[in-house]
Amino acid sequence: MNPTTRPRWQPCKYIHPQERFATANGFFTAGVSRLRSAPAEDIDGKTNMLIFEHSHTGRRALAQSPQLNADVSDIPVDFLRTEAPGMPEVSELQVVRHYTRLSQKNFSIDTQFYPLGSCTMKYNPRACNTLAMLPGFLARHPHAPVSMGQGFLACMYELQEMLKDVTGMKAVTLTPAAGAQGEFTGVAMIRAYHDANGDTVRNEILVPDAAHGTNPATAVMCGYKVHEIPTDRQGDVDMEALRAAVGPQTAGIMLTNPSTLGVFERRIKEIADLIHEAGGLLYYDGANLNAILGKVRPGDMGFDVIHMNLHKTFSTPHGGGGPGAGPVGVSKRLEPFIPLPVVGHDGDEYYWITEDVRPQSIGRLSAFMGNAGVLMRAYIYARMLGREGMHRVADFATLNANYLMARLTEAGFQVAYPGRRATHEFIVTLKRQQKELGITAMDFAKRLLDYNFHAPTTYFPLLVPECLLIEPTETETREELDAFVEAMIKIQQEAENSPELLKEAPHTQPVRRLDEVRAAKQLDLVWSA
Amino acid sequence: MSNVPVELKYAKTHEYARVNDDGSVTVGISDSAQDQLGDMVFIELPEVGQTLAAAEACAVVESVKAASDVYAPVGGEVVEVNEALVDSPETVNQDTYGEGWLFRLQPADVAEMASLMDAEAYEEFLASEVH
Repeated sequence: MNPTTRPRWQPCKYIHPQERFATANGFFTAGVSRLRSAPAEDIDGKTNMLIFEHSHTGRRALAQSPQLNADVSDIPVDFLRTEAPGMPEVSELQVVRHYTRLSQKNFSIDTQFYPLGSCTMKYNPRACNTLAMLPGFLARHPHAPVSMGQGFLACMYELQEMLKDVTGMKAVTLTPAAGAQGEFTGVAMIRAYHDANGDTVRNEILVPDAAHGTNPATAVMCGYKVHEIPTDRQGDVDMEALRAAVGPQTAGIMLTNPSTLGVFERRIKEIADLIHEAGGLLYYDGANLNAILGKVRPGDMGFDVIHMNLHKTFSTPHGGGGPGAGPVGVSKRLEPFIPLPVVGHDGDEYYWITEDVRPQSIGRLSAFMGNAGVLMRAYIYARMLGREGMHRVADFATLNANYLMARLTEAGFQVAYPGRRATHEFIVTLKRQQKELGITAMDFAKRLLDYNFHAPTTYFPLLVPECLLIEPTETETREELDAFVEAMIKIQQEAENSPELLKEAPHTQPVRRLDEVRAAKQLDLVWSA
Repeated sequence: MSNVPVELKYAKTHEYARVNDDGSVTVGISDSAQDQLGDMVFIELPEVGQTLAAAEACAVVESVKAASDVYAPVGGEVVEVNEALVDSPETVNQDTYGEGWLFRLQPADVAEMASLMDAEAYEEFLASEVH
């Protein structure tokens, strides 16, 4: 390897907190215990090296390497490689050290409070992982005969039944691989429904301006025009604007309830009636299902189709890329269009429901059962909670959010909708700090990292300037919530007394403040020697 | 307070319109809009010769925070676009009323200009926005 290619990125220069914070008022007396332990200075240049950069010709780590004498006689010669792949050549200890160091750079739910609004970063119970990894589940081949996969099929069938029950829908498909694909599935079914009725003049989907960006994107992907509906001053859908927008061209509306503004849409019944009377359908974006799980059912609110983010509400891992799972539930009128396969049960055996029974299905979204391993984890999670446990998720998620909101309000922070009860999340706006101190939501967010908290969602929803969208989830203790409030109070004091601490934050992370413009414009994702 | 030049007209969607001597209209986003959006990373411009209706989405400004549509403040034909922004979108942050203009229109109906706000009305509008 050519050493001149090495500095693909510069090792970050670490400055010890004591040097940097020596002038901060009272910082050490109160704040130091929360400070993340400092990464070791990169004196030897190894801290930020890639595994390939450790490579040394001829070095081997054989303990876990695959068998090299595999039988390849059944692979055509044309497809056999003639030279060895360019894998890093390193010792076992180098591998262990390299990946252990990498793991220590992680900022994750397993190490830190992670109040990332709209993302539901709750604890992923280890039991779900352990049970989903049982050899019978793990080694099941997707082409295995139905008779040999009855256990797995039973789990999937029961998951379908539980999701139907908790959302109030008529049928559920588990195959969409993530929330976005679930959305696509839902709106594609709305389209299939109108098409099947010969109702082809409907070309518009209504989307409130508080919606997740995926909603309008989904509508466009399904060939619809997007009609944006404004939000009123209380954070509800503007009913007057909605009435004016609904018409014979309306295919449906996509709603998140509770909305991304962290409030429950109070006139949902009125909205549902209005849309249904016009012949449109209601799509429920399940991003915020955690707030109402087991308490209120989207089916009862009048929704015709709903996607669920199992990696949010049902606690499957979604750090580091998931994978996700976005099952979709439908009302009776959309059931014929549901994507396959779905698991059926005749009282005796479990079986795949296929196109023979559902000729109007919009098709298949994945070759097999979607992200089966993720579905297993969600199933186990749901089984552990039971019906009684599910509503406790919503109880504690909303209690934690309201507790945090009340304490931050008390501490002088401005919430976006002070007159409203928070759902499972709420919005703090730092508009005042920005005006008076020149401190932005991003500065606050970056400084929180130094206090060992993952930052809340910033600058979303777009309607509220300088906002932090804070979602504590039900799995945090009161002590953790209190510590977060204390950090916010201290950062506010820093903003007033030593704003440079915020402007230059984070000070203690392996990567310091990023140049976001450059990061967005000059992506550097691939290592090359 | 954001900069709201008195000689310009403004749309509720935060575009400004400047009437040039030749009757064409230069369009950009207001100082308040660029400030809210933050550092620009990409700008997508309309095509020269494209005919736009008033309030039609015709350009996209993408910042580190969000991507936003830009709407034509009045209808007309696009006669020039600011190509320089493709390579240096940050100009919108630095000089939105000058070098940071987006495109120039030949308005189809000059009377449409009357529907836009003057500087005073736009300042009131900015102050009245909920958040």
